[in-house]
Amino acid sequence: MLRIKGLFFSYKKTEVLADIGLKLRKGEVLGIVGPNGAGKTTLLRCIAGISKPEKGSVLIDDRDVFGMRRTDLAKRIGYVPQTGPSKFPVTVFETVLMGRRPYISWRPSENDLKVVADLLRSMDLADMALRYFDQLSGGQKQKVLLAKAFAQETDCLLLDEPTGNLDLRHQMEVMEMISTMAKEKGIAAILAMHDLNLTSRFADTILMLNNGRTFCIGAPDQVMTRENITSVYGVETEINTSNGYPYILPIRPVGQTVDSGQRAVDSKK
Amino acid sequence: MEDISKQFKGLTRRKLTFLVLLVAGLFCVAFVALTLGPASVGFKGSFEALLGGSGTAHAIIWKLRLPRMVMAILAGSGLALAGTVFQAILRNPLASPYTLGIASSAGFGAVTAIVFSAGFCSEYHIAGSAFIFALISSFFILGIAKLKSATPETMILAGIAIMFFFSSLSSLFQYMGTMEEVQEIVFWFFGSLSKVGWGEISMAGAMILLPAPILLKWSWDFNLLAGGDDSAKALGVNVESIRRYGIVLASLVTAGAICFTGVIGFVGLVSPHITRMVIGSDHRFLLPSSMLIGAILVLSADIVGRTLWAPQVIPIGIVTSFIGVPFFLYLLMKRQRDYW
Repeated sequence: MLRIKGLFFSYKKTEVLADIGLKLRKGEVLGIVGPNGAGKTTLLRCIAGISKPEKGSVLIDDRDVFGMRRTDLAKRIGYVPQTGPSKFPVTVFETVLMGRRPYISWRPSENDLKVVADLLRSMDLADMALRYFDQLSGGQKQKVLLAKAFAQETDCLLLDEPTGNLDLRHQMEVMEMISTMAKEKGIAAILAMHDLNLTSRFADTILMLNNGRTFCIGAPDQVMTRENITSVYGVETEINTSNGYPYILPIRPVGQTVDSGQRAVDSKK
Repeated sequence: MEDISKQFKGLTRRKLTFLVLLVAGLFCVAFVALTLGPASVGFKGSFEALLGGSGTAHAIIWKLRLPRMVMAILAGSGLALAGTVFQAILRNPLASPYTLGIASSAGFGAVTAIVFSAGFCSEYHIAGSAFIFALISSFFILGIAKLKSATPETMILAGIAIMFFFSSLSSLFQYMGTMEEVQEIVFWFFGSLSKVGWGEISMAGAMILLPAPILLKWSWDFNLLAGGDDSAKALGVNVESIRRYGIVLASLVTAGAICFTGVIGFVGLVSPHITRMVIGSDHRFLLPSSMLIGAILVLSADIVGRTLWAPQVIPIGIVTSFIGVPFFLYLLMKRQRDYW
C-alpha cells in the first residue's frame, strides 16, 4: 500500500536521509527507531508530503504523494507531530474536529460531528470534550492528538513519538489503541519511537535508522540484537525474550569500564 | 453519546447569538453617535434627517456625523480584522497592525503622500502610498520570520524596529517641514475622524470590505494554523500561500483603516483578545465578531472624545490609548489561563 524507493533528503547542504526504501501493507505497524538525529522525524515528514525529498519516490496506493492535491493526500495519510495547538484557547472537541478538515467545506456535517463524538467516547475523552486543550495533562493531550489523526479516517497513519511524555499507563493505552486500529480497521501505521521495548512489542516490522541510512529492517527479533544496538546506539544490552518478543535491558554505554553506581560515589570525593 | 455533539452544537448556537447581539449593539452605539454633538438635533430629528428632509439637521447628519460614524466603524472593524488575521497567521498573540510596524509604515506612506503633493493629492494617492509602505514592512517581517525561523518575540522585535524607523522618519519630516505640514503630520499622529468625506470613505470601505470575505473564507485554515505548520500542511492547508496572501490582504485592510484617519492604537491588538475570551478561537465566528467589537470600540471612543470636553473634540487616537492601556492591564491581571 505504501512504497518508498531510494529516498534522499538534504537540509541545506547536509544530507539527512540517504537511500531509504520500505514497503508497508494494510494493517501493518512499522516502528522506526534510531538515535537522536538519525532522521526519524524527517522521514515521517517526507512520507507525509510535508518535506520534499531530492530523489526517490513515496507512493501511496501507487500514487505519488507529491503529485496529489493536499486535501486528497490528507484523506489518505494522517500525520501526528509531537506537539499540538498552543497559545490560543481551543477546546478538545475543536481540536479533534480539525482532523475532519479535508471533509469540511464550511459547516461540519452531522457525520463529522458524529465521528468526533464517537472517537472521544471510545478513547475515554468524553468528559473533557469542552475543556481547553492547554489545560490537559501530557497524556490526555497525546490521546487528543491521536483522536484528531483517527478523525481523518485515513488508511495510513504517521506518528512521531506518540508515547513521548507519557506515564506508563498512558504509554500502554496509546500503543494498544494504535495496535487495535491497525488490526481492526486495517490502518497501516508508522511510528517513530525512542522506546525500544514498546516498539519491539507492538511493531510488526522495525526499521533501524542510523545517520540517515537504513541500518537494518525486519521483524523485531531480527532487528533487536545486541550487536545492532551496540553499533547504532553505542549501548551494551542484554536481550531476553518475553511473551514472544524481545525485551531489551540496557546495561551500560559502550566504552565505560566502571560501574555507573561506583562512578557516582567517586565523583563525590 | 449524542450528548457531546449536542453540547457542541449548543456552543455553536451561543456563538451565533453573541454575533447577533454584537450587531444589535453596534446599531445602538452607532445611533447614539449620530445623535450626539454640539448642535442638538435630538433622537427624532436625527431619524428624520437620516431618512430625508433638508435643512440644517439634514446637513449636520449627512455631512458631518454620518461620515464620521461610518469611518469609525470602518476603521475599527478594519484594524480588528487585520489584528485577528496577523495573530492567526503568525501564531502570535502579540501581533497587531501596530506591534508589527505595519500600521506605522502605512501611516508614513500616507503622510508622505500628503506632504509631497502639496494639496494636489487625491484619496487614491494617499491610499496607494499607504498600502505600498504597508506591504514593504509586512514582507520585511515575513522575510525575517522565514530567515531566522522566528519566534513570536523576534517578530514583535522586528515590528517595533520598523515602528521606530518610520516614526523617526516622520519626525524628520516634521523637523524639515513647513508649519502647515507639521500641523498636518502631528494631527495625523493623534488620529482623527474629522476630515473624512464620502470619497475617502468609499476608498477605505473598498480596501477593508473587499478583502474581508476572502479572509473569512479562510477561517478553517486559520483554525488549523494554530496546531502548527506541519499539522496544518498534513491536513491539506497550503501554509505558505495562506501566510503570504493573508499578510498582503491584512496589510491592505490596515492601510485602508488608517490612511485617512491616522493613528488609532490598541484596537487591532485588544479586539481579537476580548472576542476570543467570549467566543473562543474558531475564526468563522472570531473574525466577524472581532470586527464588530473593533467597530464598537472605536465608535464608543469617539463618543467619549466628543462629549468629555464638549465642544472640544479629543482626537480619537488619544482616547483609544487612554481606554486601551488600563483595559489591557486589566486583561493581564485577570488572565486565568496561561495563554491569551
